[in-house]
Amino acid sequence: MRYDLTQIESWIPEGSRVLDLGCGDGAFLSRLQETRRVQGMGLELDPENLIAATQRGVDIVQQDMDQGLSNFPKSSFEIVVLAHALQVLHRPDKVLQDMVRIGREAIVTFPNFGHWRCRLHLGLTGRMPVSKDLPYHWYDTPNIHFCTVKDFEALCADLNIEIIDRDIVSGPTTALFKQWLPNLFGSTAIFRIKACD
Amino acid sequence: MVHAGDVGLVTAAREVFSETLTLTSGRTLAGFELITETYGRLNTQRSNAVLICHALSGNHHAAGRYDLSDPKPGWWDLHIGPGKAIDTNRFFVVSLNNLGGCDGSSGPNTMNSDTELPWGPDFPQVSVSDWVTTQVMLADRLGIDSWAAVIGGSLGGMQALHWAVHYPERVRNCVALAAAPKLTAQNIAFNEIARQAILSDPDWLSGHYQRETVTPTRGLSLARMVGHLTYMSADGMSDRFGRDTRTPSDTIDSEETVFQVESYLRYQGKQFSTRFDANTYLLMTKALDRFDIAADFNDSLNDAMAVTTSRMLIIAFSSDWRFSPARSQELVDALLASGRPVSYAEIETDAGHDAFLLDEPYYTGLFTAWMQQVVI
Repeated sequence: MRYDLTQIESWIPEGSRVLDLGCGDGAFLSRLQETRRVQGMGLELDPENLIAATQRGVDIVQQDMDQGLSNFPKSSFEIVVLAHALQVLHRPDKVLQDMVRIGREAIVTFPNFGHWRCRLHLGLTGRMPVSKDLPYHWYDTPNIHFCTVKDFEALCADLNIEIIDRDIVSGPTTALFKQWLPNLFGSTAIFRIKACD
Repeated sequence: MVHAGDVGLVTAAREVFSETLTLTSGRTLAGFELITETYGRLNTQRSNAVLICHALSGNHHAAGRYDLSDPKPGWWDLHIGPGKAIDTNRFFVVSLNNLGGCDGSSGPNTMNSDTELPWGPDFPQVSVSDWVTTQVMLADRLGIDSWAAVIGGSLGGMQALHWAVHYPERVRNCVALAAAPKLTAQNIAFNEIARQAILSDPDWLSGHYQRETVTPTRGLSLARMVGHLTYMSADGMSDRFGRDTRTPSDTIDSEETVFQVESYLRYQGKQFSTRFDANTYLLMTKALDRFDIAADFNDSLNDAMAVTTSRMLIIAFSSDWRFSPARSQELVDALLASGRPVSYAEIETDAGHDAFLLDEPYYTGLFTAWMQQVVI
């Protein structure tokens, strides 16, 4: 399982209600239903994913996050998850605000654009990074809103969102450095957030 | 021949209820009859029964054929059968003709035992609630304490919703396709045009046409043309008919159709007028107009959905303008507001409202996958 998902799983309370935004084929929610006995619900747009998630016994609603999430009431879930989808949203700020309204807590993961490889690529070649993890060109990428760990933390401060916990994933060789310079050595950022009291 | 995936040959059954039925209107029926069909086998725990609720012009014949030479199988044969969404290898499927229908259940075209004449327009108006009441009586008779699923499209979906709201302990899964919590003014307006078409037919005879052995076929046909039009989408019609014309004759004929779409609609109307009863059409459209799932909950759809306990599947179709996806989303939002589990999909299609009767890969795939998760 992807490391960010393992970390999210450890933050999910037993038996909680979990909303997974952009839940894909429902594999993660299905796993949480088994390991954490959660009452899960997924949000998706892709028909094949809706069928796949349903085959796994996951309740799933076809809805476009970019059109808003106002139909989900305040505090209707314990945890709202957005895993590796922040960068594809038209207005990540609005979705984040909805997430901390709908969930008592929210968990967000995203690729850190402040990672040294990205910086090196842009710095040396003067071109937008294309890599194994981010295989798209600037013009055809669904990832329209890249940000760095620092950018994300600044946005949370602006939106009055409290960061409860943070984990930065890195490659094995740079694991030691990420503790001091997470924005430079972390490739994936995982944030646990909630609305400020 | 019988294909794999077909339920094969089926027969209808008659259930006679002798108890007095008090309708929501306050009127009573001293007994009534329902025509039913079943597919698959009821398991020993009686836990695998699925109820199919039909729409405006549907009936009990949902799947299979009465005779191998029947040109068409039942109206939902695409989705009922071995290995299909409503899998008869797993489920015992019950389908009926609703009270007030015209395919054998007690209704305007059956005999009133008091007068020994056809009921005609004197048959009492029934409601979605009355239909569900009679379906509950049918379930009791069949020994079905709780349905594995209650399923319906359009007006049938409204019956499924009524079940889930008023008999939550007897519905474990509920499927409402192309449905709505209630009708809009536009919906009611279309139904009123259809009714006026029937009422203005000279053969209508205040609804007593059966006594005079005539039928208001022109009115009924026109009513169906209006209805049928609203079940299709503009894009679907353009694709299918465009402005295609028929070969014109060289005489002046006011009855002659120029465009294929005219001929198609006339054909649909004519076919319908030979198989459907005009009084039933009025009764069904009025039941549809008056349906409002939130009416018993101070008009709060949230409160209505909050009392449901079943797993819910809501499906809408993108080009359905009769019961648009926005209407299905109202149901979904009310379920979300109550913290109820729900699955929802909007199927991209140009088949309009009638899409729930058809086979579209996304729709069929999702419906099948969801039904496979029904615990029996």
